[in-house]
Amino acid sequence: MNPVNYLYLSALLFTIGATGVLLRRNAIVVFMCVELMLNACNLAFVVFSRMHGNLDGQIIAFFTMVVAAAEVVVGLAIIVSLFRARHSASVDDASLMKL
Amino acid sequence: MENLIALLVAAPLLGAAVLLVGGRRLDRAGHWLGTLLAAASFVIGLVLFASLLGKDAEHRTLVQHLWTWVPVESFRADVAFRLDQLSVTFVLLITGVGTLIHLYSVGYMAHDERRRRFFGYLNLFLAAMLILVLADNYLLLYVGWEGVGLASYLLIGFWQHKPSAATAAKKAFLVNRVGDIGLSIAIMLMFTTFGTFAFGPVLTSAGDASEGRLTAIALMLLLAACGKSAQVPLQSWLGDAMEGPTPVSALIHAATMVTAGVYLIVRSAAIFNGAPDAQVAVTVVGAVTLLFGAIVGCAKDDIKKALAGSTMSQIGYMVLAAGLGPIGYVFAIMHLVTHGFFKAGLFLGAGSVMHGMNDEVDMRKFGGLRKYMPVTFVTFGLGYLAIIGFPFLSGFYSKDAIIEAAFAKGGTQGWILGSVTLLGAAITAFYMTRVMLMTFFGERRWQPDADGHDPHPHESPTTMTIPMIVLAIGSVGAGFFFHLGDRFVHWLEPVTGHSEGDSPVGVSVITAATLVCLVVGVGIAWAMYGRRAVPAVAPRGSLLTRAARRDLLQDDFNHVVLVRGGEHLTRSLVYVDHTLVDGVVNGTAAGFGGMSGRLRRVQNGFVRSYAVSMFGGAALLVAATLLMRAV
Repeated sequence: MNPVNYLYLSALLFTIGATGVLLRRNAIVVFMCVELMLNACNLAFVVFSRMHGNLDGQIIAFFTMVVAAAEVVVGLAIIVSLFRARHSASVDDASLMKL
Repeated sequence: MENLIALLVAAPLLGAAVLLVGGRRLDRAGHWLGTLLAAASFVIGLVLFASLLGKDAEHRTLVQHLWTWVPVESFRADVAFRLDQLSVTFVLLITGVGTLIHLYSVGYMAHDERRRRFFGYLNLFLAAMLILVLADNYLLLYVGWEGVGLASYLLIGFWQHKPSAATAAKKAFLVNRVGDIGLSIAIMLMFTTFGTFAFGPVLTSAGDASEGRLTAIALMLLLAACGKSAQVPLQSWLGDAMEGPTPVSALIHAATMVTAGVYLIVRSAAIFNGAPDAQVAVTVVGAVTLLFGAIVGCAKDDIKKALAGSTMSQIGYMVLAAGLGPIGYVFAIMHLVTHGFFKAGLFLGAGSVMHGMNDEVDMRKFGGLRKYMPVTFVTFGLGYLAIIGFPFLSGFYSKDAIIEAAFAKGGTQGWILGSVTLLGAAITAFYMTRVMLMTFFGERRWQPDADGHDPHPHESPTTMTIPMIVLAIGSVGAGFFFHLGDRFVHWLEPVTGHSEGDSPVGVSVITAATLVCLVVGVGIAWAMYGRRAVPAVAPRGSLLTRAARRDLLQDDFNHVVLVRGGEHLTRSLVYVDHTLVDGVVNGTAAGFGGMSGRLRRVQNGFVRSYAVSMFGGAALLVAATLLMRAV
């Protein structure tokens, strides 16, 4: 099968993730969408790795997974403590950092 | 021999340093130290003069190169001194008269507690003036030029506790500054034209430059000369400069510093010779000042201010002669030297009168002083006869030579200049006779002062009379000595050049006309101030008299044109500054303020809107990259 199709899938997933990040208010959902975007990137890396016949892309995909795992830990901790403080997981409610 | 030249300057400079830095320890002997160093400088000057006399006329130029002052690529300023016939003449005049006036000041300033400082300033003046006349390039001349300006400022304002003296010092300084701008521009023009400002190269290659350039340089030099020599239109400071102690008036504002302008013009003869238009300007300035000073001198009741008007007028003669070109340069310097003698003598006489009269300067309160001050009377009288051009005294030879040269200019110009100089001679005779009659003749008019003390006019101490006697001898003999066998002409000719003018009228006719003018002037003065008693309070006088008492409205003119004009200019500039400049600055600031007020709304705290901008930015970057690839 033509590997380009995987790239289309990657772009589609990325777009869905980005749209979710921009449109959804719930922090958990936004977070999941971010993961979706990361995995779309991973998919693209792997496809490129395959297309060019070297392993660089696959290695970077592993790196991305490690970073994503670390990010999940920190991100979820922030969301949980935010929820405890404000009894809400909506990102629009946490709009205190403004002029 | 040329190694001695620097010592000429070093001696008074050392005196100034020691006296001004030395402190009160020197109060008791400082004045003698100052006088001694001035005399030392004079002796060195005599030795150098003798050595010049021993050489051929063509080889009488000694140059001492001390060090290179500013070496930058093609710009090279040296500290070098040049002693030739012209500068040695000045050196002898400056140090000779300077020494005499130092001696005079010992007596005159005896009761002044700041006498040491006074002598320090006098020595400073001598050093600066010697640098001015000995400099081998225009930049070093400028150093001396500013130095004498500083010394003049310090000495006019020496009695700074008097507000009038402090103001007069400031006025002299500021007016001189206008002239100094001329000199600095002239030096810059010289550098761009000739690539150097040393006398040698500039003056020998002056003929190669275009006439326009030379005229510009010459006019700037004339402006400088006007400032330093109190010529119209920069004349207003000299009358007020009489606020200084009288020895200062004699040395700086009569004999030496004010003649620096004449020196500058004569030294730059090669430049002026190539710029006929500038020469006409010089003669016009000289002629106008000659009459201006003489008219002012006629109306003043203050003896020093009358003499100051006379100084202006006599320097007008010199400037006029210097503007005549090679037919006049030598006579300008000759009159300068004889004037140095008799005017310094007259001022010292005036100082002696003031010394004996409790510092009274109003001539209407003198009268009949010849019985009380015989030495002052005789020396002042000889100076008087010399300045009005009494036959066979100094002024007779030097002023007559200028009048002849003025006629010899030829054409209408010659007739106008000649008539002006003749008229000036008549007015000179008038105002000097007036001074003489009001001071030494007639009834006594002095009154006891408020405390009932009679002024007790008395002869001055020996330290004061000796300089007066020496200067009187100079006033009598110098002219004849210079005239004998045309010595002075032959002496200066190699430096300044000289040509005999072609006068439309005979020399004897001019001499006769001068004598007639002299007799008329003296006669009118005798009729007005000798035959009739002088009123103790000045009469109202005609319109011209009242204008002349106010220095022919020079200060009013300056006030209306320059001060008011300046105020208007600054006011409009302030308006432009407030509206235009501040408007641009404030407008820019307000614009950025408003813009940032709008821009800060972007920072609304919503994470999602930040995310939109990030995505938007990323999308833009990607789009731009793709677009660049496509192109």
